[in-house]
Amino acid sequence: MKYLDEFRNPQLIAKAVDEICRLADPQRQYRLMEVCGGHTHAIYRFGLKDLLPANIELIHGPGCPVCVLPMGRIDDGLAIAAQPDVIFAAFGDMMRVPGTHGSPLEHKARGMNVRVIYSPSDAIKLAQSNPGKHVMFFAIGFETTAPSTALTLLRAKAERLHNFSVFCNHVTIIPAIRAILDSPDMRIDGFIGPGHVSTVIGCRPYEWVARNEGKPIVVSGFEPLDLLQSIAMILSQLQKGEAKVENQYKRVVPWEGNGAALRWMADVFQLRPYFEWRGLGFISQSALRIRESFAEWDAEQRFQVPGISVTDPKAAQCGEVLKGVLKPSQCKLFSRECTPDNPVGSLMVSSEGSCAAYYNYELRKNPKENSLCTLA
Amino acid sequence: MQAPMESDDTCRTCSAIPGKIVEVSESAHSALVDVAGVTRQVDLMLIQDEQLAPGDWILTHVGFGLSKITEDDALGHLHALEILGERGTESYDQSRVT
Amino acid sequence: MHASLSGRANESRGEGAAPRVRFRDPQIEMAHGAGGSASRRLIEGLFAPMLFGPRCEPLSDAARVTIDGARLALTTDAFVVTPLTFPGGSIGELAVNGTVNDLAVSGARAEAMVVTFVLEAGLPTSILQAEIQAMADAARKADVRIAGGDTKVVEHGKADGMYITTTAVGSFLPGVEIDPKSVRPGDKILLSGWIGDHGVTILLARGDLALESDIRSDTRSVFPFVEAVALAAAPGIRWMRDPTRGGVATALNELARDCGLGVVVSEDLIPVRDAVRGACELLGLDPLHIANEGQFLAVVAPEFADAAVEALRKVPGCEEARIVGDVRERPAGSVLVANSYGGSRIVDMLVGDPLPRIC
Repeated sequence: MKYLDEFRNPQLIAKAVDEICRLADPQRQYRLMEVCGGHTHAIYRFGLKDLLPANIELIHGPGCPVCVLPMGRIDDGLAIAAQPDVIFAAFGDMMRVPGTHGSPLEHKARGMNVRVIYSPSDAIKLAQSNPGKHVMFFAIGFETTAPSTALTLLRAKAERLHNFSVFCNHVTIIPAIRAILDSPDMRIDGFIGPGHVSTVIGCRPYEWVARNEGKPIVVSGFEPLDLLQSIAMILSQLQKGEAKVENQYKRVVPWEGNGAALRWMADVFQLRPYFEWRGLGFISQSALRIRESFAEWDAEQRFQVPGISVTDPKAAQCGEVLKGVLKPSQCKLFSRECTPDNPVGSLMVSSEGSCAAYYNYELRKNPKENSLCTLA
Repeated sequence: MQAPMESDDTCRTCSAIPGKIVEVSESAHSALVDVAGVTRQVDLMLIQDEQLAPGDWILTHVGFGLSKITEDDALGHLHALEILGERGTESYDQSRVT
Repeated sequence: MHASLSGRANESRGEGAAPRVRFRDPQIEMAHGAGGSASRRLIEGLFAPMLFGPRCEPLSDAARVTIDGARLALTTDAFVVTPLTFPGGSIGELAVNGTVNDLAVSGARAEAMVVTFVLEAGLPTSILQAEIQAMADAARKADVRIAGGDTKVVEHGKADGMYITTTAVGSFLPGVEIDPKSVRPGDKILLSGWIGDHGVTILLARGDLALESDIRSDTRSVFPFVEAVALAAAPGIRWMRDPTRGGVATALNELARDCGLGVVVSEDLIPVRDAVRGACELLGLDPLHIANEGQFLAVVAPEFADAAVEALRKVPGCEEARIVGDVRERPAGSVLVANSYGGSRIVDMLVGDPLPRIC
């Protein structure tokens, strides 16, 4: 597969690993954070940790939009969908995220009209083919996905599609990175910067990380070679005492971002004054809401929403794991009460959540008690 | 009578895949895109300025084109990695893509 | 996984023993039918303790029943696939092949089967007739006799067109003893061919995704493959399974759990068609978790493995058969997938239900 296979070439990967080993100072411990959930998933899927020298630790950041969504917002979305003749439409990764009274899938088993879609356009199609129902698209994602939602709202308005609305939970990446750097427990030496978010926002928004915080940040692709090359680039900067923004994912990410996408986002969305992030608390100017001019397609305006903030169970340490302060295995509930089959927090549901990634890929490499029940 | 899709466990919101344009619609708002033999319609409104034509590669994400993939940059990467280690300690800096 | 419940028919339940029900989920979800970990919880935690009693063998694809000294294999299965027809096959064909395959991977030749149809009122007769024809054709091809059946009709809105259930009986191939407890470190894992075709075909056939491709279901009887391996390597066969719901990953995890050893496979050796890879990348699915309806996995002692592969490759349709990995001490009870550049990952049983109503 073009543009995928070449970046999985074993010989080039071996070279990149050699370069990393050459650049890494054996006297030093490196803590590098990959911000984006897609990078977390890729690291585990390709077994990249096996290739790195022992003094490089990869810390998983909060860039998983499913993981940072507070349970109250899921409850709100499900409360809207519980109304008569409403269809709850969302991407697959939302379906097993637990709300207070069950996940969307569990609600579906009890009779709620829940549909998985693969594109916001599918939600429009659903509305067009179900004129007697109202389709509510539960939108999540960082700036990667927000432009698609924006275009969909523009289309709904242009077509005067009245049985369609969006429940908007789009969040922005920069405040998340800021929250990490502001956290007193953190010590991060460099960042593997989000790849696909950057196709929209470009590389400039990260300049303060380098300039003000003195940390290298390299915008990275998602294939093994991309991630390894990005790590090498970070080490090279650290070796030279530099801190700057670099773009490793140049074949896809334009330095200035996607102007059209940003303009459409600005037409449709504005920043909320504040928004609650699971595990990180309330962060100002960190999330998008739909503008007044699109009020008719804003599910929060069309419907009454309980808007109750739901705290996680005390024992669940989603926040600390999200910030990279704790490894997933250090959370008290990990692999006991909280497993992919029975997730307590959303980091265990989304395969990009560090808990699910760790459980699925890492757990039994280091032999640990397996709690599946057996006969006899 | 058709059952809808249930959940799948991978996050849609970060994953984006390269695909080759097979055919651009008349309005140029959408295109038929091929990903390793699987074709789908992709909305091009976010990358309309790119002057896309059949044979071009784009990054697709939830049914929308996000970015055009530049072959030169892709080849540049791979070349940079191939010559790693052949020119001594400076090789990495000179060949690095920034 | 056609999880046929197993147990000895003439073994009695412990006297006065209450069944140890361990199933705690408050309601049944689609995931419980997906063939992965939730299915396993349901079967092991609810069905098995209540139906089979405390002393029961590991679950397998067919039951061993002894009647008047004759050893027979007995299996049952249900087919709820939607849509009813798809590129490469239909529900009727799946019903015959799937049942024959459950017996085959238990080391048995299917001799006869009975079938039940649950039909939805309003189903066009032409569709029913087409499926009956498909079953007849598949049974002829698989050399199994359809000896009888039953029909029920339910109201419009139930049964989604039709559901089919089957029960089949078979005779064991001489010299073949399937037992996960006989698996040893060093044993080889054989795979018959391309994986992921069936599941992806069904997904695309549903039309919700607006994806197109020429992938077809691989539904077929795997008995000819089993027979070929048995002729070449019967004493070396330790375990077999057809990786249906839950895919190769689920089947191998069951193996690892049942034998208590580690299963290590090489990602690059597992054959996946480009279009299946493409569809999986697009949809965020792992080919290892996708259902197959015409493939089989076997664990063979190392001294017999090459002969087994050679014999398999001579059977038409099995040209891609190969050894994809082996059994090791570690990681005990788990499946490790290694890639070509030194990285590896643990692959679990399927969790959740990405592909419902797949077979």
